[in-house]
Order: sequence, then C-alpha cells, then structure tokens
Amino acid sequence: MAREKSVLLEIKDLRIEGYSDEEWIEIVHGIDLTLHRGEVMGLIGESGAGKSTIGLAAMGFTRDGCRISDGSVNFDGIELTNASRSERRALRGSRIAYVAQSAAASFNPAHRLFDQHTESARIHKTENWREGKEDAIELYRKLRLPNPDEIGFRYPHQVSGGQLQRAMTAMAMSCRPDLIIFDEPTTALDVTTQIEVLAAIRDIVEEFNTAALYITHDLAVVAQMADRIKVLLKGDEIEEAETRKMLSDPQEEYTKSLWAVRSFTRPEKPRPPEGTTPLVSVKGVSASYGPVKVLDDVSFDIHRGRTVAVVGESGSGKSTAARVITGLLPPTDGHVEFDGEPLPRSYTDRTKDQLRQAQMIYQMADTALNPKKSIGEIIGRPAQFYSGLKGTALKKRVDELLDEIELEPSLYYHRLPSELSGGQKQRIGIARALAAEPSFIICDEVTSALDQLVAEGILRLLDKLQKELGLAYMFITHDLATVKSIADEVVVMKEGKVVEAGGKTEMFTPPHHEYTDLLLSSVPEMDPDWLDDLLKERGLENVGEAASKQI
Amino acid sequence: MATFSIIYFVLLIAGTATAAYLKNTAALLLLFTLLMVSFLAALLGGTNVLVGFTIAAGLLAAAAAVSYSFREALIVILPPNGAKLMRTAPLTASFGLLVVLIYIIAAIFAPVIAPFGESEVVAGAFALPDDQLLLGGDQLGRDLFSRLIYGARNTVGVAIVTTSLAFLLGTVAGLVAATMGGWVDQLLGRVVDVLLAIPQLIFALLLLTIFGAGIIELTVVIAVLYSPLVFRLTRAVAGNIVVMDYIEAARLRGESTWYLVSREVLPNITAPLSAEFGLRFCFVFLAISALSFLGLGIQPPTADWGSMVRETASLISFGLVTPLIPAGAIALLTVAVNFVVDWMLQLSSGLKE
Repeated sequence: MAREKSVLLEIKDLRIEGYSDEEWIEIVHGIDLTLHRGEVMGLIGESGAGKSTIGLAAMGFTRDGCRISDGSVNFDGIELTNASRSERRALRGSRIAYVAQSAAASFNPAHRLFDQHTESARIHKTENWREGKEDAIELYRKLRLPNPDEIGFRYPHQVSGGQLQRAMTAMAMSCRPDLIIFDEPTTALDVTTQIEVLAAIRDIVEEFNTAALYITHDLAVVAQMADRIKVLLKGDEIEEAETRKMLSDPQEEYTKSLWAVRSFTRPEKPRPPEGTTPLVSVKGVSASYGPVKVLDDVSFDIHRGRTVAVVGESGSGKSTAARVITGLLPPTDGHVEFDGEPLPRSYTDRTKDQLRQAQMIYQMADTALNPKKSIGEIIGRPAQFYSGLKGTALKKRVDELLDEIELEPSLYYHRLPSELSGGQKQRIGIARALAAEPSFIICDEVTSALDQLVAEGILRLLDKLQKELGLAYMFITHDLATVKSIADEVVVMKEGKVVEAGGKTEMFTPPHHEYTDLLLSSVPEMDPDWLDDLLKERGLENVGEAASKQI
Repeated sequence: MATFSIIYFVLLIAGTATAAYLKNTAALLLLFTLLMVSFLAALLGGTNVLVGFTIAAGLLAAAAAVSYSFREALIVILPPNGAKLMRTAPLTASFGLLVVLIYIIAAIFAPVIAPFGESEVVAGAFALPDDQLLLGGDQLGRDLFSRLIYGARNTVGVAIVTTSLAFLLGTVAGLVAATMGGWVDQLLGRVVDVLLAIPQLIFALLLLTIFGAGIIELTVVIAVLYSPLVFRLTRAVAGNIVVMDYIEAARLRGESTWYLVSREVLPNITAPLSAEFGLRFCFVFLAISALSFLGLGIQPPTADWGSMVRETASLISFGLVTPLIPAGAIALLTVAVNFVVDWMLQLSSGLKE
C-alpha cells in the first residue's frame, strides 16, 4: 500500500458527557485516536460503547444533550473542539463527510438524488449544478449503481436499500473529502446486498485515498474494510491493532469474547416419525397485498418442539407467511392447519384458545412494548386475559415468567420499557408470548436488532425454553449464522416461493440450490481476505442483487 | 420631568455600554434597540412615553420576579417528581401556572373575595372608582370588581365544561375511527367534514336561535361544534399508534376494541391531547365571550366577561379604560394558558427552545 502517511485526524484524551437526570455523566472516558491519510480505521463495540458518539466528535459535533468536556480533536491542524460554528461548518461536507446507518431515513424523500447529491458542493461553492450532476454520474458509475445516467433523477423511495446506501456514499464523496465517517452503513441491509455496498465503498475509498472511520458491531465486516481496528467498551478503549494481528492474536479477554461470539450451536433434533400430525401446517398458501402477489403456493410443516427457520432476503415473503399464519392477512388461496384442524382465515374469526396457542415475538422490541405500561402490566395482561388470574396469583405468575427469562422480578416489575436495554426488552417480549402458555411461537427477526453478545443470550434463552416447554418455533431471519445455531429445519424463500426446504445438516452441506448457495456464500467471514477471494471467484457482476436476479 | 428623562437615558446608555463590554450580544441588541426607540419616542411624544416605557419594563420585571419566586416555591413544596419537572420549566410556564391558579382561586372563592353580590346595585351608573368600588360601577351601578370575580366563575367554568365535553366527544370518536378503520372511519370522517364545512360562529348563532340561549344549550352547541377539530387531531395521532407492534400483539390476543382504545392507545396520546386541550380551551373561551358580546351567550344578570365588555363598550369614547378591564382578563388568561400549553408541547415533543 503506497499511501501517504501523514496524520489527518488526531484525537487526544477525548471525554464526552451526556445529560441525564439533571446531571452530566461521562460516556466517553478519554479516547486517543490517530488516523493517517488514506487509512481506514474500524471502531467496533456493542451498543452503548460510544462508537457513534466518537465518530460524530471526529467532526466536532455532538448530539443534543451531549458535550465534549475535555480533550482535543485535531483535524489536519484545525482544533475542532474550540473552532467556531462557521469554521466547523466549512469543514463538514467538504472535507469531512458522514454516511449514516439508514440511508432511507437520511435522504429527504421530497428531493431527487441528484439535487441532494449536488447540494453540499453547491453550498461550498465548488461546483454548480451541471458539474455536480456530471460528477454524480461518474461516482454512481464507480460505485457500480445500475443505470448511472438516469438513477439520479429518481426519488429515494424509487431505489432499493443497497442502492440508496451507495448513493449516500457517492454523496459523501461529492466534495472529495479527506475523511469519511461510516456509521454502520450496511447493518440494515441483506447479506447479498451488503457485499455490493462493501466492495463499492472499499474501492472508492482506496481510489481517492480517503481516510475513513468505519463504525460497526459486525466483526466480519470490519475485517474486510479496515486497516486497523479499535475495540471499545462502555466509552473506554480496550485495544487497538492492525486488522490481521487483531484477528489472529487478540490480547484482551473482552476482545476474545467478541471473537468467540458465534459459539452457540445445537445439533439438529431427530425428525419426528413419518405420519405425525404437524403442529402447524401451511398448505398451498397464496396471499397478496392488493394486486401485488407476495406469497405463491407456499407449503411447509412445523412439528412440536422443533424450530423451523425461514430465510430469505427482504421482500421474499418471510414475514408475510407469518402474517398469514397469525391471521392478520387472510390468504387468497390455501389454508393453515393447526394440529390437524384448519384455522379460520382471519384472526377475528378465531377462538380465544386458537389465538392463545400461537404467539409472536417481534423484531423491534421498541415498538412491540407499550411505552406507557409497566413490565408487570405488559407480561401480566395475557395471563389475566387467557387464564383469568387476578391479584396475588397474577403477581406470582408474572414473577415466575420474569424468573424464566432471567430477570430479577423485584427489580423489573414496576419499570417502564424505556428503562430497559435492547436485550432486556426483547426478553420481555418473550415473556409476554410465554404468558399466554402457547405451543407455537413465531420469532420475527428477534435478534437482528441486537448486538452479537446479547443476541446469543436471547438464542440460548429461546433454546432453553424450547427444551423446558416443548415449544415449536418458526424463526424468521436473514442471518444464516443464527439459522446455523438454532434451527432444526430450514425453509429458503425467494420472491414469495419456497426455493428449498430440508433439515439443517442437509441444507448446510453442498450441493445447494443456486439461491441457497448465493445466500450462504454472502455471509461475511472473519478472514480479511474473504471479500477479495469472493470477488475474484465470482466476479463483480455475480454478487448481490445482480446475482440474485439471475436466478 | 426633565430630570426623569436625563436619568432614564443615563441609565439606559450605561446599561448598553456594560452589555457591550461584557460581550452579551442578546442584551446589547435589546438595550440598543430600546435606546434608539426611546430617542425617537422622546422626540415625538415627550417624557410621558418614556414614563410609559419605564412602567412597562417595571411590570415585565415584576411579572418575571413573581414567576421566578412562584417556580422556586413550587420546587420546594412539590414532591420530587413535580419538583424535577418545575426545575426545567421556563419562566413563562411558571407565569402561566400562577395566573391560572389565581383565576381558579378567584372562581372557587368568588363569594368570599367579592365585596358585593353579583347583581347587587350598590352605586350610581358608571360610578368612578373609590375605596369601596375598586374599579367603579357599571351601567346599572353594580360593582365592576365583584362582577369581574364572579365572571371568572361563570365564563371560565362554562368554558371548561364545554371544552371537556368537546374533548369527550372528539376523542372517543377519533379513537374509535382510528382503531376500527374501514367504514366506521369513513362515516365519522364524513360527518365531521360536514360540520367543518359550516363557519362555526354563524352555525352557533343559528343553532342558539333555534334551541334558545340557556347555559346548557350553549355548552352543548359549542361542544358539538368544536369536537370535529379534536376528532381530527385524535384520529391523526392515534393513527400513528395503532400501527405499532404492541397494538398488533393486543389484537392477536383477541382484545376488545374498548380495551385497545382505552388501555393501549389512549395513554400514548395524552401529551398532544392535553396540549390541544389548553389551546382549544382558549378558543372555546373566546367563542363564548364573542357569543355573549353578541347577546346569545351567558344571559344577564349573570356576570360574564364577554357581556361586560359589551355593556360598558360605549365608555371607551369617553377615554375610560373600564371596558378594557374584562377584555384584559380574557386576554391574560388566554396568554397564560398558552404559555402553559407551549411548555407542555415542548415537554411532550422533546423540542428544544
């Protein structure tokens, strides 16, 4: 790597405080960081580690309710902590750019991509609209967006998530900044799309010799992108090293635990004998949202005490299948059987007992728990509603459930959801499902919004509950590592159809269906050469969305 | 009077210079603007204008000082939760709370506070203020001050009952529309459209002429006319809540519509609703005053601020401020309630500044 090695960004003893409960609490405790020109540094850690806060501080910015209390942020000779508002503003967009996690939420839906792309160049008076547009087309081409001449005329909702993320990277590049801060740019994307974005980002950063801070909680991703990795925990630095050294020889216990996080696996359970009535049986179901057909003749069985993982990219119909089973979306064709009995098509026609048997755990624990109700009420309601428990009996049942999900009842009974961490909220979601005493639970991407360590805890809990209570799970996910650890059977879906189905061991040993193969090979691995090897092997045109379309 | 002008300008210039020296931009701008305006005013209007300025500034300072003391007192008195809330409250909010509190006290203890009865004739028509009649008499010789106190009870009381009724109607309908959706939503929405299509004051006048102008009729008519606005708001904010996963979970549990509405949705929209209650209260209050002014609201001899303005309106041409006093009472309450509402909106939305 023949890169210029002068220091671009130097952060020294950075301390950041956040305001809560009428006092300032230090959330970043003295971080040092040195970034050279053209270097990519990965910042990794769990949520709450202060990764994003440090990333923003590198632009001299703090979120509302935060302040830089001590230390210095020196960007190419300019001290950002005491620079004036206008000085910092002059840097942002032109010399330092930011790429946010959710491009869909960061683009203004009311303007075309070109207009948003050229905005910062126009503000900084480096280009006019026409020049900006030509530059955008050039960058779109470099980032391998389809139809680069035309795509800029679209509105954000007219392009896919992965394309939008690349358009945002292009936008960050529009002034050819010296430093780009990537804040979890691929976390919200499917594995297949992620590869394209990763490859595109890496190429363009290399081409323009841009330095970057790459913030993520996914180690395998950072291994592909970064030259150096810094591990953070609760606002403290744990360690920093070259990527290869960090991966092969981590020094600290915490880093090792991060590296070992995907250790939870479970062998496939023996198949039930032929002719057993499955607990839930989806038979030839088709469904549509208005005129759009989203499920096409889908059939699969779920047996008592077993876990069926339904995998596929977003838009493949996984969640719709769950909505049909719960009765939220009546199917246009086919039906769902529960224990051999056909279920009414809509949930409004089902009996209380039928509703009780099938429960659901949601992806976003934040929207799945009523923020105005205490934990005791949230968990207690199904028990009260189905079993008619009252007073002390109800309280006892809630305590039991809280014990079950490994939360101390006396501490959590009166709390509100906002007073819990992400993992704890997800546990409450599980307890609410258990409170109904179901025999079948649908888990809709329950771990995808969580950190890896926390997610593993949830998976272990679900596995424990399955052993104790003999529950059947339908596990909707796009994360194949999760499938590997918890599933007994796998159903692969694509565009509303079941592509392949079978036992876990069978599915993870070749030969696969083409699509399964694409999904499997797209999961990033801890090896820093993985992306290079994959691109070499498959070719640039044969990864991600493009490859998915060919099948 | 010349001395006054000299002292006035010396103090103002000294203040401006201090602000400039301390680099306090906001204070400097304010004082400098005041200085320029004062120069102009003194040239055009003479010393009297400067006295007016001083009194206005003094009143403002007094109001700020009282609000500050009130806030600090509340922090000491209230339980920890309330104290925490008050500590972050702006001075305007504490001023608003104080004014509302004074109005409530006046309304509840009206017979104790008021020196004379509501419709007691105690002096000649349009008697001038003295030790007995603090604000003078009205056109029939009744004590204006006593009537002002009783007016708090009647006007504010009717406004509160009316607003509550409007909210009861609007919120329930709005929640049902948002939660059930489908044809219920369509039906309620179209009914509301019809109500909204007719100008409110004209419609109120029409209905009151048909049903007669009693207190109950007034309350019901205004409540019905104002409920569509509440319906709209409730339906909109509840619409954001009913798409949440926890509502879906409750639906899948088989909960009834009433449970969904009252236990799951309502607690999540109380903040915008209570802010709207404050705002809507002011409008209802003004509507009642307007109707009373037109002779269709609260009927004599009941004291009511709107009709008090009308009855004494002619005095304004003699240079007396009498009709402005009840009008001022209306304005002050409106401002105070809006201060509190602003604060609540800020609390509920997490907006800064």
